[in-house]
Amino acid sequence: MSALNIKKGSSAHSAYDLKNPNAEVIESHTLTVVVDNEAGVLARVIGLFSGRGYNIESLTVAEINEEYHTSRITIVTTGTPQVIEQIKAQLGRIIPVHSVNDLTVEGPYLERELALFKVTGSGDKRVEALRLADIFRANVVDSTLESFVFEMTGTSEKIDAFADLMRPLGLTETARTGVAAISRGTA
Amino acid sequence: MTRQMTGAKMILQALKDQGVDVIFGYPGGAVLPIYDEIFQQNDIRHILVRHEQAAIHAAEGYARSTGKPGVALVTSGPGATNAVTGLTDALMDSIPIVVLSGQVPTFMIGNDAFQEADTVGITRPCTKHNWLVKETAKLSEVIHQAFHVATSGRPGPVLIDVPKDVQFAEGPYTPMQKAKSTRYEPQIKGDIGAITALVEMMEKAERPIFYTGGGVINSGPAASQLLRELADASGIPVTSTLMGLGAYPASGKNWLGMLGMHGLYEANLAMHGCDLMINIGARFDDRITGRVEDFSPNSRKAHIDIDPSSINKVIAVDLPIVGDVGHILEDMLKIWKSRGRKTNKAGLKKWWTQIAEWKAVKCLSYEQVGKVIKPQYALERLQALTAKHDRYITTEVGQHQMWAAQYLAFDEPNRLMTSGGLGTMGYGHPASLGVQLAHPDALVINVSGEGSWLMNMQEMGTAVQYRLPAKQFILNNERLGMVRQWQELLHGERYSNTWQEALPDFVKLADAFGAKGIRVEDPADLDDAIMEMINHDGPVIFDCLVEKHENCFPMIPSGAPHNEMLMGNAETQGVIGNSGAVLV
Repeated sequence: MSALNIKKGSSAHSAYDLKNPNAEVIESHTLTVVVDNEAGVLARVIGLFSGRGYNIESLTVAEINEEYHTSRITIVTTGTPQVIEQIKAQLGRIIPVHSVNDLTVEGPYLERELALFKVTGSGDKRVEALRLADIFRANVVDSTLESFVFEMTGTSEKIDAFADLMRPLGLTETARTGVAAISRGTA
Repeated sequence: MTRQMTGAKMILQALKDQGVDVIFGYPGGAVLPIYDEIFQQNDIRHILVRHEQAAIHAAEGYARSTGKPGVALVTSGPGATNAVTGLTDALMDSIPIVVLSGQVPTFMIGNDAFQEADTVGITRPCTKHNWLVKETAKLSEVIHQAFHVATSGRPGPVLIDVPKDVQFAEGPYTPMQKAKSTRYEPQIKGDIGAITALVEMMEKAERPIFYTGGGVINSGPAASQLLRELADASGIPVTSTLMGLGAYPASGKNWLGMLGMHGLYEANLAMHGCDLMINIGARFDDRITGRVEDFSPNSRKAHIDIDPSSINKVIAVDLPIVGDVGHILEDMLKIWKSRGRKTNKAGLKKWWTQIAEWKAVKCLSYEQVGKVIKPQYALERLQALTAKHDRYITTEVGQHQMWAAQYLAFDEPNRLMTSGGLGTMGYGHPASLGVQLAHPDALVINVSGEGSWLMNMQEMGTAVQYRLPAKQFILNNERLGMVRQWQELLHGERYSNTWQEALPDFVKLADAFGAKGIRVEDPADLDDAIMEMINHDGPVIFDCLVEKHENCFPMIPSGAPHNEMLMGNAETQGVIGNSGAVLV
């Protein structure tokens, strides 16, 4: 037995406190981050998440202001409330970051994602795929005698639901953009 | 009128404009144009170190002891990768340094050129910010912005990577005043409502404590003065992290000593038992908190920090105040005075009675018996014999570092330079040279262990070349003592690889470098030897052979709370069994 009566399986011999961070309630938050569009800025953001062990569920980025060269990054992340606060504070510390907004707590907001689905097949399955696409308001953007490419925009849940329906009907390829989000109203 | 000049010249001009008087560096192919400019000017002194890691630590020592940013210059590839440890060290301890690195020419980047490394990629997570400058026209502006970023808000290291063709090419020089400012302007003033709420809590608290950290020192000398005024006027006890030692004087009446894993009994129990904890510029590091769930369970906690990401990172606090320590202390004092300087006198009286009981335990007591020098004794004598000097201490990392924090008294800020966050063995020696450069007439001592010291021993060459009389005070136990201590207490005394079998003769080593070596083994000779070291006008390697199996106490074992401290070997005996015989 060691001098300190360490219980079996305890992490007390470690220099660090190894408690399970998942023990608390996990929340999903959608953050928008406006950054200077300079070399390496995305690496700084992604490096922060990987370096500190935060999750990225979805990340999208594009320049939104040509004159000032600013880009908007939309990140969907998960964590305990304390971790989410940490993520926001850490993002705010990055020098080229202009602003960090947590849409999930700041009020009503919209989330949209664009997806492209390639569905191959013939006969009834092909007809059914087209019928469902119509119901989901997906557009046919490419067609051969054995395939369709559907384009659809919506929430991630809607796209998930459509993908689930297409799978038995011959879904062979999926491309998704990840989430873009914006607050509702004038806020 | 804008002046045209080469990128290399621009670098020297920008450094001069920023008030830089010394840079630490090591030349190489990708920085040759900069070294050529260094050769042709006399305003900035270049100190040639023996390893790039040492350049960064020396710059850190310079920065910590002066409050000004330290500057280092390294070449591409290995020069930059060798700087990584120092950059990480400076990031963890919030030290403002500006590192310039050479890079292969822009047209060769990405080709795996000779001595090419993705320096901005490698150093991204270990700098506060970094830049790869691809156009000479932008170089001077970036350098000015880099100084701003390094020194504003929570200070930290920055790196500027300059390809060789950018150094050769000409461009317009942007003076400091004309440089476009970055948007980076951290919050300095604290929220007055929150500060008032804190003052109210302070007035009512029965068992308050100030838990201070490196942020007080980073805020500047005025912050330390304000802390002293506030603590002395209110009668609230003060403890500090390793990084904050000296902000409140060790001789001050409210001083409890350092807290944390090897902190003092009274400091840790006061943290555990307080009803109001006022964290000033510290970050609830794991060496401080012990088991988070049981950290100071009955207190309300306020946290003053310039970095919003420090708030609620480890410990959820009741009252966060974001801003500069100095400004917030000033407002606290003002508000507290205007409200009539109230304190809970009855509560405080009881609190101090309790603290006196804890102090009476005398947790730092040890016995110096026999013919072997105890490391604690060596440091007590060092303290006694150097207290009257204009003294700066650096340390390496390990037992000696904790003993230095326990047994040396720091009465002023910026007097202790130590690697706190990263725990970098090899920090202290080059840091001592940086400190000596900044304070040529001061007594600079690197308190070291033989293991740490060997990690950057090549810097003796730098010390001798530049006649830097910093003293290397080595507590030599021929063991990697702190690791050995953990192996003894936690790993069944299996001393795996903590004994260095072939240590050099440090006196001969000093001789070989052209420095003075002193060895002392007998406690009776210690004082004379220390005086000889102090009085020698030049660098000294002081080889102090100490007790080989001494452990550093008090100790909060990792994963334990503040009130479960080990006070000495006696508490660990018995469970160790027959092999306990190795204990002395």
